[in-house]
Amino acid sequence: MKLMEGFGKYFLMLTIVFRAPEKISVFRRRLFEELEHIGINSIPLVALMSSFIGGVIALQTASNMSNPLLPTYTVGYITQSSTILEFSPTIISLILAGKVGSNIASEIGTMRVTEQIDALEIMGVNSLSFLVLPKVTAAVLFFPILVIFSMGLSLVGGWIALVLSDLSSTETYVYGIRYYFEMSNVWYALTKCVVFGFIIVTISSFYGYYVKGGSLEVGRSSTQAVVSSSVAILVANFLLTQMILLS
Amino acid sequence: MIEVKHVNKSFGKTQILKDISATFEKGKVNLIIGQSGHGKTVLAKCIVGLHEVDSGEILFNGRNFCKMNRVERTSIRQEIGMLFQGSALFDSMTVEENVMFPLLMFKKMTKKEMLTRVNFCLERVNLTGRNSLFPSECSGGMQKRIGIARAIAMNPKYLFCDEPNSGLDPKTAILIDTLIREITYEYQITTVAITHDMNSVMEIGDNILFIHNGNNWWTGNKNNIISTENPEVTSFVYASEFMKEIKDSIIEKNKNK
Repeated sequence: MKLMEGFGKYFLMLTIVFRAPEKISVFRRRLFEELEHIGINSIPLVALMSSFIGGVIALQTASNMSNPLLPTYTVGYITQSSTILEFSPTIISLILAGKVGSNIASEIGTMRVTEQIDALEIMGVNSLSFLVLPKVTAAVLFFPILVIFSMGLSLVGGWIALVLSDLSSTETYVYGIRYYFEMSNVWYALTKCVVFGFIIVTISSFYGYYVKGGSLEVGRSSTQAVVSSSVAILVANFLLTQMILLS
Repeated sequence: MIEVKHVNKSFGKTQILKDISATFEKGKVNLIIGQSGHGKTVLAKCIVGLHEVDSGEILFNGRNFCKMNRVERTSIRQEIGMLFQGSALFDSMTVEENVMFPLLMFKKMTKKEMLTRVNFCLERVNLTGRNSLFPSECSGGMQKRIGIARAIAMNPKYLFCDEPNSGLDPKTAILIDTLIREITYEYQITTVAITHDMNSVMEIGDNILFIHNGNNWWTGNKNNIISTENPEVTSFVYASEFMKEIKDSIIEKNKNK
């Protein structure tokens, strides 16, 4: 019953979030701030994770290629496929759910318990639209950029790992990456990350906005936001894969 | 003027406000007093629309706030300024940005005009030149004054203050009270303040509403609260031995007259 109530409240929140902003110039300014907070500030983490995990994927694939019948470029092909299809859009989104999600929930939650949201409401500002809409827009716009960045760095990470370990040559690896490359896989990944960005921001905002109590509850809501976003990402990942890849 | 008519409010099965009616007059400091947990803040939050009333009417100069939709309420809310207990300043913004915020959102003014207005408001609360500070760099008293500056930035018709001098030393508390009174008289604002502070009650209470167990228990002003025989009001006002002594000396003084 509480779960259904929560869903209802979440969807009602979305109807308020997507109302026209009071002032476009203020919205634009807030959007640029959020692009920095949500997007640009996430670049170092995404870069670090992508290059190392890309390297690990390539090394693990290469170390398991013991069958002489398998062509050597398979390592590049598998690294490309797993990076584009799953690692960059899904795993990076799960990591960002931790970083961005907890940040959003605690920021909005703190504003709630310190009456800053009440202050916005009393001034006549649609607080949900003012706080959440720029974040959602920034996430939906910037997550695809982060994912493309992640794809590129993972492949570079894989290449460096393979070359340094002398497990493959540059030419073979690049051939493997280009072999049977399908652009539709990239579109599928970008579609997923747009949905995941939306999920992370709206769920985290929901937990922050409706928090009751003090700093302890803000901490709890932040944790709940990360857990719920992660679960929602996994469910959405399954549904999107069914809808896009298998339809 | 704000009129509250037969307002009831419950949370779950607990009824907080019980058929409250009151009038808050223009150009006067109207105080809502009473013990903690008896419904003062809930009443104030109902008046400004942060809580929906279960029944009753709230009229802002005859306009029924309870029957308005979100858009209609927005126009009334732009006539309201509010000072929160914890100041509720936006901590990511400077003092200047905090005071400028409502102007930026709702007024069609140039940056220069907004800055002039911000500087005027900051000067009014004796914070000239503190524009670039962040709330975390300001003392409690300063934060309250910034809150007042933000509340008056839009030239409000109604000013709400939730425990304006809680957590302040007596001298700063008197300063805030004086500021609220001056602003109320100067701009003929309808001010509603929630307070526990007896100094405030005696100093600025033009019109006092005493709430007890969610009921409008007593109405009066700073002069007749001293002589009231209402036991609940008396036990609230003269809770400390010090205040009881003051009461006795006032009664003695009146007898000698």
